[in-house]
Amino acid sequence: MVAIPVGELRVQSRSLPGEAWLTDLLSSLPVLAGSAWLASQQQRARQALAGESLPSRRQEAWRFTDASAITAIPAHRLERLAAPADLPAPAAQVLRLVLDGRGDPLEGLALPEGLERLDPAVVEALCGEALDANGATAAWPVQLNGALADQVLALRVSQPLPTVLELVSDTGDAAGVLGLRLLLVLDPGASLEVLEVHRARGASLTSVVLEAQLGRGARLRHGLLAQGQPHQPAAAADELPSSAGAAPVLLHHLAVVQDPGSELQLTAAVSGWGLARLEPMVVQRSGSAFTRLRGLQRVDGRQVVDTHSRVLFAGPEGRLDQVHKALADGAGRSVFNGAVIVPRQAQRTDAAQLSRSLLLSDRARIDTKPELEIVADDVKCAHGATVSRLQQDELFYLQSRGIAADQAARLLLRGFCEEVLAELPAPSALWQPLALLMGEEPAP
Amino acid sequence: MIRPDAPVLLEICDLRASVEEQPILKGVNLTIRAGEIHAVMGRNGSGKSTLSKVLAGHPAYRVTAGSVHYRGEDLLALLPEQRARIGLFLGFQYPVEIPGVSNLEFLRVATNARRQEQGLEELDTFAFEDLVRERLKVVQMDPAFLERSVNEGFSGGEKKRNEILQMALLDPLVAILDETDSGLDIDALRIVAGGVNQLASAANATLLITHYQRLLDVITPDYVHVMAAGQILRTGGKELALELEESGYDWVDAELERLEASAPEGLAAAQASRTPAEVG
Ligand SMILES: Nc1ncnc2c1ncn2[C@@H]1O[C@H](COP(=O)(O)OP(=O)(O)OP(=O)(O)O)[C@@H](O)[C@H]1O
Ligand SMILES: [Mg+2]
Repeated sequence: MVAIPVGELRVQSRSLPGEAWLTDLLSSLPVLAGSAWLASQQQRARQALAGESLPSRRQEAWRFTDASAITAIPAHRLERLAAPADLPAPAAQVLRLVLDGRGDPLEGLALPEGLERLDPAVVEALCGEALDANGATAAWPVQLNGALADQVLALRVSQPLPTVLELVSDTGDAAGVLGLRLLLVLDPGASLEVLEVHRARGASLTSVVLEAQLGRGARLRHGLLAQGQPHQPAAAADELPSSAGAAPVLLHHLAVVQDPGSELQLTAAVSGWGLARLEPMVVQRSGSAFTRLRGLQRVDGRQVVDTHSRVLFAGPEGRLDQVHKALADGAGRSVFNGAVIVPRQAQRTDAAQLSRSLLLSDRARIDTKPELEIVADDVKCAHGATVSRLQQDELFYLQSRGIAADQAARLLLRGFCEEVLAELPAPSALWQPLALLMGEEPAP
Repeated sequence: MIRPDAPVLLEICDLRASVEEQPILKGVNLTIRAGEIHAVMGRNGSGKSTLSKVLAGHPAYRVTAGSVHYRGEDLLALLPEQRARIGLFLGFQYPVEIPGVSNLEFLRVATNARRQEQGLEELDTFAFEDLVRERLKVVQMDPAFLERSVNEGFSGGEKKRNEILQMALLDPLVAILDETDSGLDIDALRIVAGGVNQLASAANATLLITHYQRLLDVITPDYVHVMAAGQILRTGGKELALELEESGYDWVDAELERLEASAPEGLAAAQASRTPAEVG
């Protein structure tokens, strides 16, 4: 047996109180030259954070989620990211933009017809609008992102686009903090498929704020594939003391405003992060739009994934179809909070939310909570939440056909995941979401 | 087909099993030889499905005494999947729905697990599709069912056909079919029973659990057993099933009482001392 010295495992175990971590980070950030507007945005966010600490479990929105894993990440911005090495070759009809927070991802690229860089004046006018509409401007992860981001990747889609837009970040083994800020504007009648991929292995924090505006009749199919540390076996992570904390962190806000007749289909698959917090939020500005949300998250070892979704119907006749699934293994913790807000003016809203969780270990923990605020009286709002284990009868049925218990369990878990993964945009297959989600070695 | 010299495939001796500390099987004795077709009948709740699940290795049931040998091997020492791989098949009374798992993929994994045990080569997706299309004919099933999730949203009859399709693919030596006839319409009953006949050979054996003569009109049993209170109370030839159809199970209570009186410490003691051939 080979003894591993504990000191070597504790990569970046230096852990600061939240306040000190934030101070360190803020003081390490350079002042932005160039865009006066963005510099002032940055300044405002940094001031808002100064003297603050990390989100605390005393706050209702963070009640189940311990953010202190963040302090194990070196408190400085990632200034130079190596180009990611092992990305799959992009599929045909895919426009891949690699985001590192520094370089211009559009440089040297010919954009297809109907896709263009948003005019800077328009960016200044629209940036922050969707966050505001969703009441998220002052949220801690959003402020952090504002303090970090030196650029806004802002794109306008003016017609149905046959190309799938792939937005990729990969911090690899790098240690530090990365901030990415994006804005998508879909003109009336435009449509777009996006596959957003974030990967990380090292002690890094990836902060993403993505705003999207969907004009009348516009359609956005958005897939989010967030894959942390795929190469570290979860069992080993489980053995580590929690202070080892080299696991990557993801903070992801997606704020969408939908005009009537628009359709949003958002599918997120998240696994492998030490801590991941996702906040997809949607406002149907005048109702009469369709929102389809699918989420799948898996925790193992000591991982924590927390999805806080929020859908607000600000007008009548909006529809929501939401399914959120979670798998909790090891000593992992999975949190889902699904807010659906139906004020008086949102008559004839039709909303359904279902949360299905599988508890795979006695030490894992699942907290799932629908949060329905319904004031309008003529509405259909269905919701349900189940937490269960793998069904003995299903396992036995497979075993009685010669399938070994562990393979049977894998088949059942795959089935559970496939229902969500099948809804990701097609090019996602190249990223092998199922294998990575299940913690299996990806096929070459 | 009864051949006294045919090899014994399954030998059950004084099998007792409980669920949640409640005894259900109270001393079952049964010997099945190659080529034989056995029917097990009996009232609701008499323990027929429990016997089938214990044989297949369902974890909810605890064997408290007795033995089961499959071709001389201790069956109870094997995991459910090992039992299936060496040729034991259970057609479920209530086949389980498994959302998200494709029927085709499930059938392929199961078939390959069995083939590996048989020393046959594994079938890739294409070779398997050929095989499955051919076996679909045994139960006259629409290939569209292969594309769906295992049993999900199948009608009662479709689930039973899917069970026989699995039997046709897995090529078992001992097939236990638990009420495969229930829920089938008249045509489907004929098709499924025809399929079972087609799969029966001198080398394998079938144990049919059923309530009705109509199945036994198509599949002629060599032995008919009546189960009551967790035991096999009486064994006869195919005429016993016809008798039951006539006269029902009223005699069972008297018989149970008689047994109880002759063996004060419990039914099973009286039963355990008899060999299956002596019973009835
Ligand atoms: N998992 C279980 N938990 C509790 N009781 C059980 C369980 N399985 C079987 N039993 C009980 O054992 C008895 C025998 O059940 P079993 O299903 O074997 O009957 P059966 O002969 O197959 O009846 P049927 O003709 O209705 O199918 C019943 O009283 C049943 O309620
Ligand atoms: Mg039964």
